[in-house]
Amino acid sequence: MLVEYGFLLIYMAVGLGITGVILFANTVLGPRRRPSPAKLMPYESGIPPLSSPRERFHVRYYLIAMIFLIFDLEIAFIYPWAVIYQQLGWAGFWEMLVFLGILILGYVYAWKRGALRWE
Amino acid sequence: MSTPMETVTAPLWGWVLLTVVKSLAVLIALLTAFAYMTWLERRLIARFQIRLGPNRVGPFGLLQPLADGIKLFFKEDFMPEEADKPLFLLAPAISMIAAFTAFAVIPFGPTDITLWGVPLFQIANPDTGILFVLAATSLGVYGIILGGWASTSKYPLLGALRSSAQLISYELAVGLAIVGVIVLSGTLKLPEIVEQQAGLWNLFVLPLGFLLLVVGATAEVNRAPFDLPESEQELTAGYHTEYGGMKFAAFFVAEYVNLVTAASVITTLFLGGWRGPFVDQIPLLGLFWFFVKVFAFVFFFIWLRATLPRVRYDQLMDLGWKLLIPLAFVNLFVASLIAL
Repeated sequence: MLVEYGFLLIYMAVGLGITGVILFANTVLGPRRRPSPAKLMPYESGIPPLSSPRERFHVRYYLIAMIFLIFDLEIAFIYPWAVIYQQLGWAGFWEMLVFLGILILGYVYAWKRGALRWE
Repeated sequence: MSTPMETVTAPLWGWVLLTVVKSLAVLIALLTAFAYMTWLERRLIARFQIRLGPNRVGPFGLLQPLADGIKLFFKEDFMPEEADKPLFLLAPAISMIAAFTAFAVIPFGPTDITLWGVPLFQIANPDTGILFVLAATSLGVYGIILGGWASTSKYPLLGALRSSAQLISYELAVGLAIVGVIVLSGTLKLPEIVEQQAGLWNLFVLPLGFLLLVVGATAEVNRAPFDLPESEQELTAGYHTEYGGMKFAAFFVAEYVNLVTAASVITTLFLGGWRGPFVDQIPLLGLFWFFVKVFAFVFFFIWLRATLPRVRYDQLMDLGWKLLIPLAFVNLFVASLIAL
């Protein structure tokens, strides 16, 4: 029902308001900014930074994100199936078994190729 | 008990006003819960470690959260020079709003208690129900990764990367564990799932799903033993290292509100939500039972932190990808056999 999303929008607006007030109050109430070179430096346990913090990071993070995308889409596909599952009966059961079977094959392949390995 | 409202009988201004009041009440309750959870956590951890914990500000240190809060309001609103300024400001706000939003669809009391056809103990009951919770909590990842990136500093960036990889990995296990419940209930609406547990809690039907959700949720809210994003011994404070004052507090609020939401979701899906003894005679008792169950989980999470050492990152990823996901498939299989 559409009115439910009206409730949600109002709630989110109030949440946004509270967040805004809290963050803004800090700006108003806090002392005037007194920057100094040492204070503005990126924190590295008291040592001046040696290199730019925007370094390359490991490819594993990309890999995990990609595998996540595939699985998350599958799960998004399973949700509507789950809602009407009891109407579908055994037909729905076998269909999902085939669907998940293909997915699990891919999962086992990714596992065997070492895509899930972290050292 | 009957199903929640079908039509709103109030005039437009009526339900808008009522929703604003309800939203304010819920948000203030969440913020108070946050404040006192920090107190409870410090007191309990102290007890576990045979210390006293904060006990100077007010009786039993009960005014400590208030003192902390006031202090944070009067801190310098500081920003590192190299930070990406708009994103640096936006990240804590995103975290906090996402955390607040996820709680909106939780029924924290009997939903057939209405005023003008608007349920009093739930903000909104869209058809998407539990899916909305998953969507809103996933938005929290943006707060973390933007915060870590915008700081332009090494520790926050590493913390943010770890955190997002952890969140998305456990998201899968959590999502799959929840599907098991949906297969049984045939609906995504949380009040209906609660109603269906009037006889038997889902915990006893799908114990595996319950375990998966508890482990997954612990990782999703970055609690020990899965608190790698802010493992202070190696990453200082993780993604919020460069933050101070209320901006830092916003991340903290988000973390604890997410904890409350996670406890509420587990309660609603597996422990019968607000249902409990005598709730049919005295409906208002539902609020009490809901509070008791959520509180038990909060205590459990604090207990975990005091008991278990942090896992290594490869152990964390192995647990998520190689154990929880296969188990979640087993859980779904069992659930679909039961449902037929």
